[in-house]
This record gives sequence, C-alpha cells and structure tokens, in this order.
Amino acid sequence: MPQFLKSALAGAALALALGLPATADEPTKVGFIYVGPIGDLGWSHEHDQGRKAIEEAFGDKVQTTYVESVPEGADAERVLTQMALSGHDLIFTTSFGYMEPTLNIAKKFPNVKFEHATGYKQAPNVSTYSARFYEGRAVIGHIAGRMTKSNKIGYIASFPIPEVIRGINASYIHAKKANPDVEMKVVWVYTWFDPGKEADAAKALIEQGVDVILQHTDSTAPMAEAEKAGNVIGFGQASDMSQYAPSPRVSAIIDNWAPYYIDRVQAVMDGTWESVATWDGIADGMVKIGEMTDAIPADVQEEAQAIADAIAAGDYHPFTGPLNKQDGTAWLAEGETADDGTLLGMNFYVEGLEGDVPN
Amino acid sequence: MIRLEKRPTPSRMWTALTPLVAVLATLVAGGLMFAALGKDPFEALRTIFYDPLFNAQFAAYSRPQLLVKAGPLILIAIGLSMGFRAGIWNIGAEGQYIIGALAGGAVGLAFYPSDSVLIFPLMVIAGALGGWGWAMIPAILKTRFNTNEILVSLLLVYVAEQLLASMSLGLLRNPQGGGFPGSRNFQQYEAASNPELFAGTGMHWGVVAAFIAVIAAYVMLTRHLLGFQIRLTGAAPRAARFAGVIPTRLIVTCLGISGALAGLAGLFEVTGPAGQISIDFNSNYGFTAIIVAFLGRLHPVGILLAGLLMALTYIGGELAQFMLGLPAAAIQAFQGMLLFFLLAVDVLTNFRVRLIKREVA
Repeated sequence: MPQFLKSALAGAALALALGLPATADEPTKVGFIYVGPIGDLGWSHEHDQGRKAIEEAFGDKVQTTYVESVPEGADAERVLTQMALSGHDLIFTTSFGYMEPTLNIAKKFPNVKFEHATGYKQAPNVSTYSARFYEGRAVIGHIAGRMTKSNKIGYIASFPIPEVIRGINASYIHAKKANPDVEMKVVWVYTWFDPGKEADAAKALIEQGVDVILQHTDSTAPMAEAEKAGNVIGFGQASDMSQYAPSPRVSAIIDNWAPYYIDRVQAVMDGTWESVATWDGIADGMVKIGEMTDAIPADVQEEAQAIADAIAAGDYHPFTGPLNKQDGTAWLAEGETADDGTLLGMNFYVEGLEGDVPN
Repeated sequence: MIRLEKRPTPSRMWTALTPLVAVLATLVAGGLMFAALGKDPFEALRTIFYDPLFNAQFAAYSRPQLLVKAGPLILIAIGLSMGFRAGIWNIGAEGQYIIGALAGGAVGLAFYPSDSVLIFPLMVIAGALGGWGWAMIPAILKTRFNTNEILVSLLLVYVAEQLLASMSLGLLRNPQGGGFPGSRNFQQYEAASNPELFAGTGMHWGVVAAFIAVIAAYVMLTRHLLGFQIRLTGAAPRAARFAGVIPTRLIVTCLGISGALAGLAGLFEVTGPAGQISIDFNSNYGFTAIIVAFLGRLHPVGILLAGLLMALTYIGGELAQFMLGLPAAAIQAFQGMLLFFLLAVDVLTNFRVRLIKREVA
C-alpha cells in the first residue's frame, strides 16, 4: 500500500477511534472540480453558483474550494487525491468524464463522500445526480418550432452521449409538433466548451439558412454569431446568458444546482449522507426556464409556459407515444411514456431526424 | 543610452545563467501578480513550489506524481530538441502523441482478452511506429514538395484529434461500455497495461523511457556523428552541407525521432495514468513539451530539469487553486511568464549590453 494511503488511513482510523466526525467547530470542507473555467458563463459557471450558495447558506460552518479546467483522466485523479488528502469531507465532480476517476479515488478514501454529476455508476461513498434537462428542451423546442421562419432549426451538439441525444430528440419532437414542416440540422463539435469551434458551428448553420439555434455547449459564442447575423435567435444554455436578451437570447434552460448542493452538505453535517442517484427536473426546480423575452409572441409564451407547467405537475411527459425510432420501428405506443432506463441509455434518434448518431 | 551589440559567439556564461534569471524574474513578476489578485505572494509561491515536495500532508503523494506528469513532457521534448537544434520545427507532437496512443492501444485491444506477455512490447512498437508515421507526413511533404513543416505538423494535430474522437466513438469503443464513448480500460486488462513498477513511486515504463531518452540523447549529441550533424546544421547550414550532411536525410531522421518519441509517450500514457482512449485523452503534453524543450536550452539534462519544473508548476498550481483560491488562469499566466522571460533574457546570450554616452554634436 502506498505510503500516502497508509498515513491517510491511519489518520482516518484515529479520527474514528476518537469518535470525532471532524471536530465540532471545524468547518465542513466541500470541494468542487470543474471541467471548464468558471467564467464560461455556462455549465461550470452554474456549478460555481451552487458552490457560492453553499457558502451563503452555511457561512462559517463550511469551507468550499474548487479547481477549474481539470482535464478528465489522470489529472482529475491527481486533483481528487490531493483534495481528499487535504481533509475535504465532500467532493462534487461536475462532469461526465470524471466518472472513472471519481470511482477510483473514492475507493481509496472510503471516509470522503463524492457526488458525481451526470454519471450512472454509484458506490457506497459515491452518489450521482443530474437534471432532467430534456424537460427544458421540450419547452424551448416548442418555442423554436413556432418561431422559425425558414423552418430550419440548428442544433450544436457536444458529444454523442445519451444525455445529449435525449436533448436533441426532446427538442425535435416538440418543434415538429408545433410546426410539421420543421427540419433540424445537428452539428457535432466534440467539446463542452470551445468558443472558436462553437462559433464556427453556428456560422455554418446560419449559412445553411437556420434561423433558430439550440446549443448543448457552454459558451456564449453561438449567441454572438446569432446577434451578428441579425434575424437569428437562440437560447441560453446552462446559464441564463441574459446579456444577449431580449434577442438573440429569447429564453434559456438554466441548471439550478443550489438546492441540491445545500441539501447534500446538510446531510454530511448531520451524518445522514447516503449514496443516492438523483434525477430531478422542472418540478423540483433543478431545471428552470429562463425568462421569455418579448421577442417571443405572447401566445407562444403562453403555450410554452403551459407545457412547462404540465411537466412540473406530472401531467405530461416529453417522451409520450406514439413515437417511432429513426429507422421507422415502433418505440412508444399511443399514450405510453418512456421509462428512465431507456432515457438514460438513449443512443438513437426519433423518426424524422436526419443524419446518424456518430459512432 | 543603452545599445545592444551582437556578440561574435554566444556567451557561455549567459547560456547557463539565463534559465536561472528567467526563473527568478518569473518568481518576482508572478509574486506581484498574485499580490494584485489579493493573495499573499509568499504563501502562493510556497504552495506552488514547496508544498508538493515537502508538505507533510501531500508530499508522499505528489512527489511521485511529479514523475508521472514530467515523464511524457521530457520524452516528447527530448525528441523535439533534436529537430529544433537543426532548425527543423516539429510543432505537431500533440498529434503524434495521439496517433501513438491510438496505434498502440488498437494493437492491444485487438488481442483482448489475451494474457500473452508479448502484447505490451508489441503495443510499444506500434505506438512508436504510429507517432513516427504521423511525423513522416510533414517530413515527406517537406523533402518532396518543400512545404513548411511547422504548418503541416501543426494542422495534422487537428486531424489527429478528429481521428481520436471518431475512434473512441466507433472502432475502439468499449463494447461493454453501455454505448458511452471511450475504449476499454487498460488498467483492467493486465497484459496491455502500464502500471506503476513499484507501488507509490510513480515510476512506470513511460518514465523509464524518458530517462533512457535523456541519456541516449546526451550520448548521441556529444559522441555520435548524427549528433554532430544536427549541431552543425543548426549552427551553420552551409558549412554542414560541405561537411557532407544531406539535408533531406536529416529532416526525415529528426522528424522521425521526435514523432516516435511522442508516439511512445502517448502509448505509455494511455495504457498507464490515463487508462483509456477517450475523446479528449490528449491534454496538451505535445504543446507543453515545446516550452520544456526551450526552457531546457534544447540540452538533454536541461530538458530533464525543465520537465520536472514544469510538472511542479502544474501540481503546485492545482494545490494553489483549491488551497488559496487562485484562478486557473493565473497559474497558466504564471507558466507563460516562464517562457516569456526565458526568451527575453536570451537576448543577453547573443548580445552585449553597452552603456554609451551620448555624443555631443
């Protein structure tokens, strides 16, 4: 066993023997690792807002730390190990690619609690949490379908993982429902955050006649391109991106991690923390629809709000049959809704979408 | 009035001193930057340079990690320095690193789940060949069509990145990975993995290869004809031609060596610390190695030290982020300063500073 582990375990054993959960007046130490810079104004930024909310809620009883732009792989393992060694009680790993590093390090530090965002593997000291972003995408998909004049909607997609594919399907289904002539063009950029690549993708889409851009990447670069082009609109992703309101940013899907984060920190303080798999949506406030600006006609705003309300109330599921897969095979029968298992592993397009899921 | 006068030959004293001066200037300027960010500069510098090595809480873990982080940097930089000395600019080591990992990894995955001892050596050879082959593209284009190797090798990085994405989503994807991108994990495939050779030391085959490369490069540059040709071509290309150096052959050799070493670094990384081929497996080692090569004055021993120093700023920089709340951008700026000051004080190697009185007209 490596030396550092021995000393870490010895320290932990000592703490246990003395019956100290960490001395009462010592603050609970909560760490975050982010895949992008906190200034991305998207994904990592919103997680950092959650971190700040923890500080606000608990004041002196908590100490939070973070490391930004940590590559997914060996570097993440190193940062996590150093965090665990420096006495963190709870560590949030906020990107899908941190899954294996989180599990590896969690095994070595059984007394540190880990929370991995958007993953699907749990352990006794690793929880997973994610938001049902597809609920939000259904709402903005409807707005997109109603607002497009060229009937062409562009979608800037990051990586072909189930979460992203789910988002494409959810927005396409609702755009199509609102406007049967709608066509969706998907561009894969293979990055979560790269303003240059995102801008190029947006430009290419606009040149193909797209006048509504949806994005599953975190920078505001597509918004800037939409603004330059003039009559193109888009939606804030992860953050509100309200600096581009009232147009091109007409609404947004906002990730709201704060309530969950505060809950989990409280659980660690109370000693009630348990490994769970959380998947919350609009109803629990983890997904929020950003303020709809006046660029959206009043009747469209009302329709969008009605969809969001129905989802929140549990009256409507964005994946409700009849729905076929892209190849025409039946998926959901009339009135049937998708189960979470299928959604979590979604690797196919629904009928009507063009192109293939890359693989 | 200050005037710069070109020295007839570069100053030996300044060649040795400039890295130290650059490091000192970086400490001062970095300290000022940290102070401007509202942090105690001494505490920040201590966290970056001292804590990873000597802090009781971390050192046992982070000292070996220094080798893990420095290994690929040194291995790649040694290869690059050969070409750089001869004026052959391979900027695309990042691409050769990716292709090495792909080629070597693919060989291992093809034999899954065999447990033959021959697999890992075979993967190493394939990794080196992959990097070599990728570097041959700019080499051949340069020798045949006189294209610029800087541009071609750099642009091939982006091609390699696309190839990496497509491989981790398609051909090399883990069939038991539930549809998620990324290959099988080599750490769980014993015959193809590159684990720590001695637990807790950070030593894996990639670090061993880096040390061997340092020694081999040193011997070659001082004792071998090829080393002489490289140095001569860098110092006086025309004289080199009269001395019988064939430029075409030298270009192919230098790009080949640097490509093969970058490919090896990629293979050792993917089978060891990284563990799997994934979409963004590459984390800029190929570009950072360029800084390491120059920081080490293109000298094998210098590169060894520069690689360790660079690794230290990475590991200490992470500590500074979560212990002091320094932003990642400040750490990157700090690393950038190092190269900036090095190039700036380089002037002293080639020029003499003269203070002269203004003559009255």
